[in-house]
Amino acid sequence: MERFTVGIVVFPGSNCDRDVSWSLEACLDIKTKYLWHESSDLGDVDAIVLPGGFSYGDYLRCGAIARFSPLINALHDFVKSGRRVLGICNGFQILTESGFLPGALVANKNLNFICDDVELNVISSKGGWLNKEHQKKGIKLPIAHGEGRYHCDLDTLKKLIDNDLIAIRYRNNPNGSTFDIAGITNEQGNVFGLMPHPERACDEKIGGIDGLYTLKSLIRY
Amino acid sequence: MDQFSVKVFIRLRPSVLDPAGEATKSASSKLGVEGIKSLRIGKMIEVKIESETENEVREKIDLLCDRLFANTVIEDYEYSIETI
Repeated sequence: MERFTVGIVVFPGSNCDRDVSWSLEACLDIKTKYLWHESSDLGDVDAIVLPGGFSYGDYLRCGAIARFSPLINALHDFVKSGRRVLGICNGFQILTESGFLPGALVANKNLNFICDDVELNVISSKGGWLNKEHQKKGIKLPIAHGEGRYHCDLDTLKKLIDNDLIAIRYRNNPNGSTFDIAGITNEQGNVFGLMPHPERACDEKIGGIDGLYTLKSLIRY
Repeated sequence: MDQFSVKVFIRLRPSVLDPAGEATKSASSKLGVEGIKSLRIGKMIEVKIESETENEVREKIDLLCDRLFANTVIEDYEYSIETI
């Protein structure tokens, strides 16, 4: 059997692709493959990470142009097949712009680019991206974004709550996100988008290991 | 084929906080301009387009606005069309 392979999408302007590759390959011994945004052949990857960065320079809106890449086009069938997709930071913005996840990410309330470690309450383990132990204790992950304020209308928020789609919430909301939301899943649970960076919390020496579980869960299913 | 000039205005929906607008409003007071009740920042996109009819232009601009220019989760749009 072929080794489980995680595809890491590279857009012009992605800058966390190598961090994600390091966390998966070096910390978790998971095989990865870079996927250029113009590729639409996802046949030989088993899960996909949309990494952080500034795809297409964040022109128009964060994630707005990336939505029209051949790769994102092919992602619709990939998601339908039940395979797992993790969108981190700019990856989360792309997932909302493309309609894989509801809501939108807009400029932080205080307009600052925030680079910090944040405490998160784990609300749901839907999709297995996090577990019951995390729900008890919470996790700490780094954030680094200027446009990470999650926004959605009340109907959408109700749907997120009722369907257990809110995965993580900030303990001390740093950016003004609606309902302190830091990450959500789709209804099937196979797509997870979050503003914090799990790939930057995979080694005790550089910021803890609270991100390992989520990355490892790419292959758990 | 006629030539049309389209001006598209994109605004944050009223329910979406506009921190950049708030900061600019605060700077306006510091400049000494009083009486500003609200200040919100949007985008304007100018498009020059060739088409058979104005209706056809509307169809194309509606598609562009819905799918690309605006994110209707957070933004509203309106536009005006002139024949060049």
